[in-house]
Amino acid sequence: MTGPMATVETPEQNPLVEGLERLPVHPTTLVIFGATGDLAKRKLLPAIYNLAHEGALPERFNLIGVSRSDIGDDAFREQATQSIEQFSRRSPDELVLRSLLERMRYVPGTFDDDSMYGRLGDVASEFDAEADIAFNRLFYLSTAPGFFPVIVEKLGEHGLDRHEDAEVRVIVEKPFGTDLASALELNRRVLAVFDERQVFRIDHYLGKETVQNMIVLRFANGIFEPLWNRSYVDYVQITAAEDIGIGSRAGYYDKSGALRDLIQNHLLQLLMILTMEPPVSFSADEVRDEKVKILRAIPAPEVEDVLQMAVRGQYGPGTSGAEEVPGYLDEEGVPGDSSTETFAAVRLQVDNWRWAGVPFYLRTGKRLARKTTEIAVTLKPVPHLAFKQSGSLGVQPNQLILAVQPNEGVTLSLVAKIPGARMSVRPVNMEFLYGTSFMSQSPEAYERLILDTMRGDATLFARNDEVEAAWRICDPILQAWSQSDDSLPQYPSGSQGPKEAEGLLLDEHRWRAL
Amino acid sequence: MPEAARWSAEDTTPDAIDSALRRLLEERHAEGGAYAPARVLNLVAVIDRDWRGEIENRLERVGRYHPSRTIICSVERRRTTMDAWATLSADTSGPREIAVGEERVELTIGEAHLSRLETIVDPLLVPDLETLVWAPHGHEEAIDALRGLADVVLIDSVAEPDPVAAVSRALELLRSAYLVDLAWIRSAPWRERVAASFDPPGWRSALAEIAAVSVRHHPDSVASGGLLLGWLSSRLGWDAVGMEREDGGLVARARTRGRRVRLRLEPDSSMPVPGLSGITIEAATGMRLSLDRGPGGLSARRELPGRPPSTWVVLGASRGEAGILGEGIRQALLRDPTYGPALRGACAMLS
Repeated sequence: MTGPMATVETPEQNPLVEGLERLPVHPTTLVIFGATGDLAKRKLLPAIYNLAHEGALPERFNLIGVSRSDIGDDAFREQATQSIEQFSRRSPDELVLRSLLERMRYVPGTFDDDSMYGRLGDVASEFDAEADIAFNRLFYLSTAPGFFPVIVEKLGEHGLDRHEDAEVRVIVEKPFGTDLASALELNRRVLAVFDERQVFRIDHYLGKETVQNMIVLRFANGIFEPLWNRSYVDYVQITAAEDIGIGSRAGYYDKSGALRDLIQNHLLQLLMILTMEPPVSFSADEVRDEKVKILRAIPAPEVEDVLQMAVRGQYGPGTSGAEEVPGYLDEEGVPGDSSTETFAAVRLQVDNWRWAGVPFYLRTGKRLARKTTEIAVTLKPVPHLAFKQSGSLGVQPNQLILAVQPNEGVTLSLVAKIPGARMSVRPVNMEFLYGTSFMSQSPEAYERLILDTMRGDATLFARNDEVEAAWRICDPILQAWSQSDDSLPQYPSGSQGPKEAEGLLLDEHRWRAL
Repeated sequence: MPEAARWSAEDTTPDAIDSALRRLLEERHAEGGAYAPARVLNLVAVIDRDWRGEIENRLERVGRYHPSRTIICSVERRRTTMDAWATLSADTSGPREIAVGEERVELTIGEAHLSRLETIVDPLLVPDLETLVWAPHGHEEAIDALRGLADVVLIDSVAEPDPVAAVSRALELLRSAYLVDLAWIRSAPWRERVAASFDPPGWRSALAEIAAVSVRHHPDSVASGGLLLGWLSSRLGWDAVGMEREDGGLVARARTRGRRVRLRLEPDSSMPVPGLSGITIEAATGMRLSLDRGPGGLSARRELPGRPPSTWVVLGASRGEAGILGEGIRQALLRDPTYGPALRGACAMLS
């Protein structure tokens, strides 16, 4: 950066940032690869607009869209306008939008085309020259995963992986690999060009306020810590259920399936945050060190044991929201003989001092009875029950429910006496809802994560060893399923999932009703 | 639209209102729907009866991020009795979602009630929540009566026509409660942008070389300009001194480490809304940075000796006055350690 002729000592800290809610972010040029694609349209461009609207973008900001579509700057701006108007969480302010569009450029080309990278470098350099500033450069890989390695390598070949006097960072969307081998290979190729500190592997679940609040709930409230271990926790369920089908995503989903789509990343992330030890500080590596220890404590199953610890299923026709809906095999774009799972449930264990012996049940599925993402921590029952009188609705072990979506909050189930002469009891809920306690609208996960990347804060991003450790757990399950001759369990759309999932549960454990 | 349960009574008592609120809550629960009362803070607004509609509209525009219990004390001259309305509304927008409720109590009281208003309001507060007191139409007597209950007092320094009286009163209130000043909230984007401009290490050294700062403001927002200059003075260790009239504005020379910084407040009659319209910072090196309200954000211009000027737009939408009030209420839950020193700096300059 070109600064003034400094004749006095530069203060180490900027004295003006004290007390500010939004800290300064270095001027940045954001490059979106796949800028005309679905993710950019639905999430990234609206997120950028909302950051602009709130004045949260860097003081100086540019955006370069890169895609195969052979269009010009104006056509890209028009597409961006439509995306923002359709998908932004707030109606765009015409003047802010127009000013943002003026900072947008578009570079067409295929991702293996050297000349495209030359043009991209030229446009980025034009922005630098125009402002007389070395902008930080942030490359967002919002493309099909097959393009990740080639884009990264081309960036390196064209010298775009480094920038004098400025930071260069790269955001890699999920899926980061399709199995352990491909994840290792992708990490190898990415890290051959970029340093790990430059790489931000995005998992948008970590950008959700409620997920971040789990860290606060655990480590800022003394009430939970004494209970947060094998002595008091009986079992844990983590659920990410959707009531919709695959929609228009057959091309991606049929190659992926439920395990890759959600368990390998989102649900294991939730598991890590739920079970990790308190980090020494909330710096990126301290947090990620603790998270990865959890994955290392989860033994990868032997292929022959998978059928005892994992269940898959595929939705058939059924009723959802009072409407008849087709089964997976009848969805548009799905091969008639597809054996892709749309439901996956696994039972994991975390073999460490705190959690040994506590089963962790993870499940996810499409076309289930309800859309919900939650974590249910079930405590052990009381050792002796003195209230076994008739008239009681029963005593259930206490459960702590951490609701991620659509409700966002925490519920603690307690047992209370029913008013009257008899000592009859029933479970009641103590609720904390986000909407009742805060006055500001939560930002979209992508807004938070893009801003964090511009600041260089990797706390909410997956590190390379984290990704690889997650694949070590999931790989044998995928392998076993691909080798299995057993028929794929079916479940009716709108149901609780395949009955076979009950078989994963130990002791008297039960799936929470969706 | 939220559904509401209502109760009202004439010539009533705080105890009767409290009972009515509990009854409304029980009725809501008895209706069977999942329901949770919002638990953010108590907002006590003391207003002129004649302007009740305007205040209700402003609170309405704050949106769904409302306080858990709003107590509007509507003052009517020569009234000697107290009437009350209580409503408990629930936002039942989602079919399977838990409804979030909002409790509102409206009291119509007389001026004679103001000096002992705490005895009326105290029984109506939700215990253990922050209590925010706001008197947009003056009623300093009511604010003084409620000081013992208020954790936070919401003020707007530009609402008081005399800027010296405004900052002096704010300083006095600051001794007993945390203050959220809407004039300070309006200055947040300016403070953020000035801080960002000097954040890169290459520019940070220029902070110690600032020779002049000129702040442009709505003619009635002298206090806003004073707060921004007070903020710079307190953060950069300038010894602010009393301002004097000069060329239609106010000028002072602050002392810092053997040099002087020229500070100027300039009224901008083209400014359509309360608050700030621009700031120019000049350094002894010849660097000159200007930020001005413009379309789509702030228009920035940086000049360096011997180089062509650089201009750009710092993106950001105006929050509007409803947004400012909403942000003010939200800020009641936070603490900004820089307001007090900025206010003291503003007092030193404007007094």
